[in-house]
Amino acid sequence: MKYVIIGNSTAAIACIEGIRPADAAGEITVISDEKYHCYGRPTISYCLMGATSREQMKYRPDDFYQKNNVKTMFGVRAQSIDAKDKCVVLQDGKRMPYDKLLVATGSRPFVPPMEGIESVKNVFSFMTMDDMNALEKVLSPKKKVLVIGAGLIGLKCVEGILKRVGQVTVVDLADRILPSILDAEGAAIIQRRLEGLGVKFILNDCAAKFEGNKVALKNSGQEISFDILVIAVGVRANTELVKEAGGAVNRGIVVDTHMRTSLPDVYAAGDCAEGYDSSTGTNRVLALLPNAYFQGNVAGVNMAGGEAEQTDAIPMNAIGFFGSHILSAGVYECECISHIQGDIYKKLFVKDKKLVGFILINDFLRAGIYTALVREKTPLADVDFELLKTAPQLLAYPPAQRRAKLAQKV
Amino acid sequence: MKRIYVNEEWCLGCHMCEYECMFANSGLDAMFKLKGRPGEYIPRIKVEGDDKSPVHFAVNCRHCTDAICVRSCIAGALSREGDGMVAIDKNKCVGCFTCVLVCPFGAIMPAPDGKTAQKCMLCTDNAAGEPNCVKYCPNNAIVFEERG
Repeated sequence: MKYVIIGNSTAAIACIEGIRPADAAGEITVISDEKYHCYGRPTISYCLMGATSREQMKYRPDDFYQKNNVKTMFGVRAQSIDAKDKCVVLQDGKRMPYDKLLVATGSRPFVPPMEGIESVKNVFSFMTMDDMNALEKVLSPKKKVLVIGAGLIGLKCVEGILKRVGQVTVVDLADRILPSILDAEGAAIIQRRLEGLGVKFILNDCAAKFEGNKVALKNSGQEISFDILVIAVGVRANTELVKEAGGAVNRGIVVDTHMRTSLPDVYAAGDCAEGYDSSTGTNRVLALLPNAYFQGNVAGVNMAGGEAEQTDAIPMNAIGFFGSHILSAGVYECECISHIQGDIYKKLFVKDKKLVGFILINDFLRAGIYTALVREKTPLADVDFELLKTAPQLLAYPPAQRRAKLAQKV
Repeated sequence: MKRIYVNEEWCLGCHMCEYECMFANSGLDAMFKLKGRPGEYIPRIKVEGDDKSPVHFAVNCRHCTDAICVRSCIAGALSREGDGMVAIDKNKCVGCFTCVLVCPFGAIMPAPDGKTAQKCMLCTDNAAGEPNCVKYCPNNAIVFEERG
């Protein structure tokens, strides 16, 4: 059996870990245009702030590929997929035949058209090791940084560089920071925290025109000069390989719950794939690292002839900024049970007598007990929800269920 | 693999396991030295049930066969060892607390430094050598054994 994996991040590693228990002998080849041993993409901000190192960022031990008998082709770009002939065509024209193929190509930063952007020096994205290395080279205590985008990537970048530069200004078109995971009240807590450390925010605004390293903003009309520009307005799934091979593609590569694409023996997983989101009952790109692992692993098990499905994915996020932590999951709909006191914030969302989502800021101990209720769609009638409102705890489960969790091997 | 189990019928809710856990992982030479240093030591085992509760039980890492924390860790800091123990590498952990978000038992928590996560390592990472919570449970409610 010949397995080929395009990509070398979380979904790819998870795929290998899905294949190997079932098929120790099959040939696995990983093709990646990155030159590095697999690393946790979201750890790049932690590396810039000194909380980890390039060595510690390795997602798996040094001998991972060797131990799993995986052939690596790093720094090599897959140019196309010949689905009929079951080959991946590399940039040099070489053809890599496969029996089973995983497309784990991830996503790339979206850079919107902005007038005059070509005249700007020191423009960066913030997704990869190369992005981090390039950005780090220009950091210095006197530099002024403009970050476009107050989402997860933009603000993690801010955390990574804040103490290494002179000034950071963040501009976002939304009316609040972290709009994908927070409402206005929650966002205000984190914004206050970051402002207290010197970060300047300009919301409800966007770049109208760049002229060299100076930008005029559209709504407020103010002008900002900067030395470094980081663009973090969003990402786009890398779907081209599958699309050009004739596979079904939407915003992401269309996959079923087995992570099969519409092309025979071609699977897709991670940020490039549009998998099933059980919180909304729809297929959509959930570009989150745990989800990439779940999907990649399901793909690997199926590629090796096993049977696995990914049916319980939900949006979930754990993210921190300078010691303030936000843990969230599910959807924010219907009845909201809220407790806000200073910088402590807790909201639980109940719909159809189930916990469907939550946001916790600075009070997140044992949050996984809530996440399990959301993921498993546990009817709240089956647990002591009054107790759970006060704090996540297993005491809220009836004795038999609790024993099933605690008194036997799980 | 031997795991830690709690028989809730026997658990008195005395919290001794929490102190024994803190002590074993503190590196201190006497337990009384834990006193007066709140936040400096955080137990990796948690007793549920307050004084009014008829039921008490202690919860720590279940060392799940297919551990969702290992699958979710953004840094590759959590792993399943050859013997089945779920281990955390503090040097790799960046303290994002995705593991806290996904553990259905609430058994992973921030370490006292607030910058990394911590979890039960079955006292393999301290001088106790065997689970200290089990050894000193006054009512033998906590056991370390093989179960199906």
